[in-house]
Amino acid sequence: MVDFFHQNLSYFLSGISVGGQYALIAIGYTMVYGILRLINFAHGDVFMCAGLIMVYLSASLPFAISIPLVIAITAVLGFVIERVAYRPLRSAPRMSVMISAIGVSYLLQNAALYFTGGLAKVYPEIGFLSRSVDIWGATTRMVTIVTPFVTVALVLILTFLIRHTKIGMAMRAVSRDFETSQLMGIKINRVISITFVIGSLLAAVASLLYFTNYASVTPTSGSMPGLKAFVAAVFGGIGSIPGAVIGAFIIGICENIIKGGASIFGIPGSGWTTFSDAFTFAFLIIVLIVKPTGLFGEKSVDKV
Amino acid sequence: MDREKRNHFIRLFVAIAAVYGIVLVLEMTLRPTNMLFTVLKKGAIYSLVAVSVNLLNGFTGLFSLGQAGFMLVGAYTYAILTMPVAVKASDRVYRYYDCIVGFDTGVFVGLIAAGLAAALFAFLIGLPVLRLKSDYLAIATLGFAEIIRAVFQWDVLGPLTNGANLLREFKDLSRITFPFTDIPVPQTFFVFTVCGICILLIVLLINSSYGRAFKAIRDDEVAAEAMGINLFVHKELSFVISSFFAGVSGALLAMFQYTVQAQQFRSMLTYEILLIVVIGGIGSISGSCIASFLYIALSEWWLRGLDMGTFLGIHAENIFRSGFRRLVFSVIIMVIVLFFSRGLMGDKELSWARTSAWLRRTFRKREAV
Repeated sequence: MVDFFHQNLSYFLSGISVGGQYALIAIGYTMVYGILRLINFAHGDVFMCAGLIMVYLSASLPFAISIPLVIAITAVLGFVIERVAYRPLRSAPRMSVMISAIGVSYLLQNAALYFTGGLAKVYPEIGFLSRSVDIWGATTRMVTIVTPFVTVALVLILTFLIRHTKIGMAMRAVSRDFETSQLMGIKINRVISITFVIGSLLAAVASLLYFTNYASVTPTSGSMPGLKAFVAAVFGGIGSIPGAVIGAFIIGICENIIKGGASIFGIPGSGWTTFSDAFTFAFLIIVLIVKPTGLFGEKSVDKV
Repeated sequence: MDREKRNHFIRLFVAIAAVYGIVLVLEMTLRPTNMLFTVLKKGAIYSLVAVSVNLLNGFTGLFSLGQAGFMLVGAYTYAILTMPVAVKASDRVYRYYDCIVGFDTGVFVGLIAAGLAAALFAFLIGLPVLRLKSDYLAIATLGFAEIIRAVFQWDVLGPLTNGANLLREFKDLSRITFPFTDIPVPQTFFVFTVCGICILLIVLLINSSYGRAFKAIRDDEVAAEAMGINLFVHKELSFVISSFFAGVSGALLAMFQYTVQAQQFRSMLTYEILLIVVIGGIGSISGSCIASFLYIALSEWWLRGLDMGTFLGIHAENIFRSGFRRLVFSVIIMVIVLFFSRGLMGDKELSWARTSAWLRRTFRKREAV
């Protein structure tokens, strides 16, 4: 057993690290879904944009300035998207808002395609995070070790924010009942804007960690992590932050175990890598059929 | 009433015959490399997918994002079936694998098989997925489309699908002939015929009692169920039929492009088609068709200058470089989604009465000015 762990340590390590990155993205999905009942298809692309902004900013600025700047710009991007594309449709049917989200996703990808010229951009090496380290015989980058800690720290801060502050209370109220909370004097638009800002902030942090590991950014590199993070959010029970985090870690680890399937289970063929993406969706469908409310989700009843 | 109905059908028939006549005449007179034919062919193919999406999203109210996956199944089925045995045996296409399909079929069988294969996949996927509600359904179908893509690229299936490599040299548009002769079929005319028949079938379906059941499900599931409509059976039916036509259109797309590769059928394709449906108006067949032709004409032809450096006589290579066209396009789409959410046609159909009324209104306005 110990030997088994030892041999495949690198897969487990990268699984935990990717899981942490998915968790940070998944929080953005789950918070928005909890409040607006909207799958924010553009969230993965916001994550990709954060990566691209970092590439362009770090070319001329030192990291001490460019990293906070990237996080700030991404937050503004999230705010603007909500303001322009979702707020006008607040009273429209849910399907139109979802189509609008798909439209934003399409727009962001095409914008990225135009500005990058379709080439993969090399992500800058952030000194400390890119350094390689040896753990128990497995060589990995510093970012792999840092990610879970950053994730847990941010989640704790966020949980505190939601449990013990006024805005957190407003968020919980809005996600419980949209209309009643409006009647109680909560400024819904402000709460929603803040939700989007927080989600984008976390996506920006996730992009710093994720792209340091993968080293290049393409216009479509946001869509897969985005979808997987969404699956994680569904698995954990949509609207629940701890659920999203646990779901993300499980998906990240499983995905990497499948990637390493050839050596772990002794199954031949490089084709297993193809299925690491497919696994996530198969998993989603099983979760939705067996337990549609997810791990920590609340049961909702359809009223006629 | 009866007479009006007859007149309506005569007008419709004349209009359709005129369209086909024009296509045929154009094909006889213009050079085949003309951009117009690309637009007509691709536009017709996209119309078919858009209408099939509309059948699901617009008429049954099922928000599915799996269309690209079903197109992929159709395209692959068609390509594998119609590729001549000689090509399969040689290493021109199957370079790294030995193809296990030892026969080839004609175009017609290939197209039907493409549809059936997609329908079969849809049937199996629909069993679990169609019990889900709106956005979960969307994400699950999107996920299945990705799984299909992964499976078709899997190297273990290489002897069937050629792995992640291209498929080509099957019976594409340049290789189709009239049955039992060597006379080539006019390409655009062929595409129009196939798409026309398929869209006609969908229209007939929508106007049948099944179609009314679909609309009832769209408007209110609970009420529909109370009226005795079996929700699951009708949803599955709509899903399977829609996928059948998506499969056929995938096969046509393969014929049009001369090559097939799983890589092309990403979720971006689904988004594109969904946005076409939105532009045309969700729940309008004619709207979807008009929007497809407009979309293809704009993106392949009229806005081409945006990518090439010169547009409307303005020369600016720094701004009008590769990719600008799509950027402009997505901004236009966002504007439509946000401000004209009913699309071109809303949920109305194009008809003689409405067109003439519209023309009269516009002209009266002109005169008043």
